[in-house]
Amino acid sequence: MEFLFSEDQRMLQKTVRDFLEGECPVEAVRARWETESGRSLEFWKKLAEIGVPGLLVPEAHGGLGMDELDLVLVLEECGRAALPEPVIATAAVAVPLLCELGDTELQEAWLPRIAAGDAIVAVGAGSSISPFVADAHVADLLLLPDGGAIHAVDPAAVSLTAQPANDPSQKLFTVDWTPGPGTRVGTADDAASIDRGALACAAQQLGVGDRLIEMSVAYATQRKQFGVPIGSFQAVKHQLANCAVKVEYARSLVYRAAHSVARATRCRSVDVSMAKAQASQAAVFAAKTALQVHGAIGYTWEQDLHVWMRRAWSLERAWGSSTWHRRRIADAVIDGALPAESFGYSAPGAPRAAPA
Amino acid sequence: MELVYTPQQEAFRKEVRAWLEANVPAEPLSSFDTADGFEAHRGWEKKLHAGGWAMVPWPVEYGGRGADLLEWLIFEEEYYRAGAPGRVNQNGIFLLGPTIMEVGTPGQKARYLPKMASSEEVWAQGWSEPNAGSDMANIQATAFRDGDHYVLNGQKTWASRGAYAHWLFGMFRSDPDSSRHHGLTFLLAPLDAPGITVRPIQKLNGKAAFAEIFFDDARVPVENRLGEEGEGWKVAMATAGFERGLMLRSPARFQSTAHKLVALYRETAAREPALDPGLRERVATCWVEAEAYALNTYQTVSRLLAGGRIGAEASLNKIFWSELDVAMHEIALELLGPRGELLASAPALGAGGVGGAGDWLDGYLFALSGPIYAGTNEIQRNIIAERILGLPRK
Ligand SMILES: Cc1cc2nc3c(=O)[nH]c(=O)nc-3n(C[C@H](O)[C@H](O)[C@H](O)COP(=O)(O)OP(=O)(O)OC[C@H]3O[C@@H](n4cnc5c(N)ncnc54)[C@H](O)[C@@H]3O)c2cc1C
Repeated sequence: MEFLFSEDQRMLQKTVRDFLEGECPVEAVRARWETESGRSLEFWKKLAEIGVPGLLVPEAHGGLGMDELDLVLVLEECGRAALPEPVIATAAVAVPLLCELGDTELQEAWLPRIAAGDAIVAVGAGSSISPFVADAHVADLLLLPDGGAIHAVDPAAVSLTAQPANDPSQKLFTVDWTPGPGTRVGTADDAASIDRGALACAAQQLGVGDRLIEMSVAYATQRKQFGVPIGSFQAVKHQLANCAVKVEYARSLVYRAAHSVARATRCRSVDVSMAKAQASQAAVFAAKTALQVHGAIGYTWEQDLHVWMRRAWSLERAWGSSTWHRRRIADAVIDGALPAESFGYSAPGAPRAAPA
Repeated sequence: MELVYTPQQEAFRKEVRAWLEANVPAEPLSSFDTADGFEAHRGWEKKLHAGGWAMVPWPVEYGGRGADLLEWLIFEEEYYRAGAPGRVNQNGIFLLGPTIMEVGTPGQKARYLPKMASSEEVWAQGWSEPNAGSDMANIQATAFRDGDHYVLNGQKTWASRGAYAHWLFGMFRSDPDSSRHHGLTFLLAPLDAPGITVRPIQKLNGKAAFAEIFFDDARVPVENRLGEEGEGWKVAMATAGFERGLMLRSPARFQSTAHKLVALYRETAAREPALDPGLRERVATCWVEAEAYALNTYQTVSRLLAGGRIGAEASLNKIFWSELDVAMHEIALELLGPRGELLASAPALGAGGVGGAGDWLDGYLFALSGPIYAGTNEIQRNIIAERILGLPRK
């Protein structure tokens, strides 16, 4: 039992943080808003050079062969940078889904290209989760669920309708397509993909929450009213302290959910829902608080705060809204609809299984 | 990261569980905030101690079994699972004990720790004074040196279990010219010493368990000093870290409450189909937050075992568990509806197998003190803002 990341995992996180600080400052995020696709293939290639899209790709296919415990810290950094690239669908969901489908031809065709930064994959979460597919316009492959099966669809064979989103970094589409025997590539556990997407969102929310708190602390230290920094007012301090409490306690849930996904544990889905719901709640709370602490300047398009506010909101809705995840938790904990276990503790009468 | 128990840890759990199943009293003891209940709880502690379970992370020579902090967490999980009695000497074993372990002399360790582990001596914490609550540095009780004694004068208050405890640990001003956190000394005083008067105070639940304590030229030998003269603040802060940080409220306590709340919800929902549907998710969220607290604690313990220390982040914990505890009891009382008004002594009204209504009410009254004791949550928020986030003090 050890709830601690390794030095290597922390180093990878630092590498990604340094890279994003240099290559993806907020000016770059905003510059992407002005382009037609909102995405940069050139940047995606660079991201591949440090291993991000191929992090979960097996080494045999040119990836790093790592797991979600490595990925979770990387995604946290992506949230901190408000990175506007499709890491969630491609790196966190599509790669393990392709591995799980077990179609070696498909794997050989796509996994090396993903690892090299030469392919982007968009993934549909299913209609119970969302009617939209993110980043379908830049995808080289679409993986779409239909009637219990997964279909690998050529982007040339679908028609996309852009759905402008509140977060300009979000590129959402409805996809008009026809499933057929030729597109069907196998069956996979829908919940597993949802769990991977939700975990990735939760990890990003930690970075978003941290960033919102940091921006607010910096602003409250520098902005003076009544002759003193506003951050010396207790009403401001306590609001930001509340944010710190929420983000910190979401963090433990997210890291455990990463472990549950990496090891495909029995309670994986509920562990992920707990992480997603709490991390979203923390980030959205931090967004609201950060705005209040900034006052009117935070209410402008020009100030950068809303880049992260909008990210907190959009992540909250992606890969299962908070309402969806909270219902899944309640159904599990109260009705036993899904396995849910306490960590370490077991109630009398219930034999305690190891939390693995 | 390896979130799986080792076979040794599983074996340890089995051993704890077997012992507790064989030894935990079948009927709950009466409250340790009553004279009878206090003695009954001491009796239980004696039994725990004889079994070697009083304080598992302590060295064997002081009555522990040299377990590590993970095993301590496992012990706590099993302790709450077994519904074992509350720890009457929690101020001693969870707060003072670790401090003595850290700063005490070998003589002090040998003198105090074994009797603390067995609850032969039960401890009260004497920090608060009428004019030193949140502003603890405003301590006015004095301990001036006279030869090889300190002479104590002044008043302490709100000392939990002070009405029945045998010893007090507290901070006193030893330098008459000092102010704030300078010139304070950490002393251990037997409550039956001449010149010490204990006056019980009834708590919100009507039980006379905490006490105000008056010092009137009470003499305490110099060897009862913990740490150096004038260094009391530093010593006390070490205790504060343990208290808020880890020991005082282990996660299993809240996980166990969360499980009971879920059971209460199920019973209530089965009986009352028209129950407010919003309660369902609030109950589930409590369960989630109890898990978050447990996971965070495992993370902290793993960091400590890897050589880290607990710092200002202890303030995050204190806010989190105390507010969760209040929320869980509030929801339980909402679920109980009119039954929520009943005391534990009321004849059962079919409130269910998950503790009677009165237990939830008792728990609620106690939970309400959580945001106050061990440093109010407002003070914790100040600490988080200034020491963790770095916001300006002025
Ligand atoms: C059940 C219980 C058990 C206790 N057990 C013990 C014990 O065993 N030993 C012991 O020594 N003490 C004990 N205490 C006392 C406890 O430590 C104090 O109550 C606590 O430190 C607060 O002090 P106070 O009650 O004087 O409140 P005050 O300090 O007067 O505070 C009153 C209110 O003002 C707020 N406030 C004060 N200062 C600030 C500030 N700077 N910023 C923002 N808000 C502020 C507080 O947060 C609080 O809401 C116990 C208390 C309770 C309720």
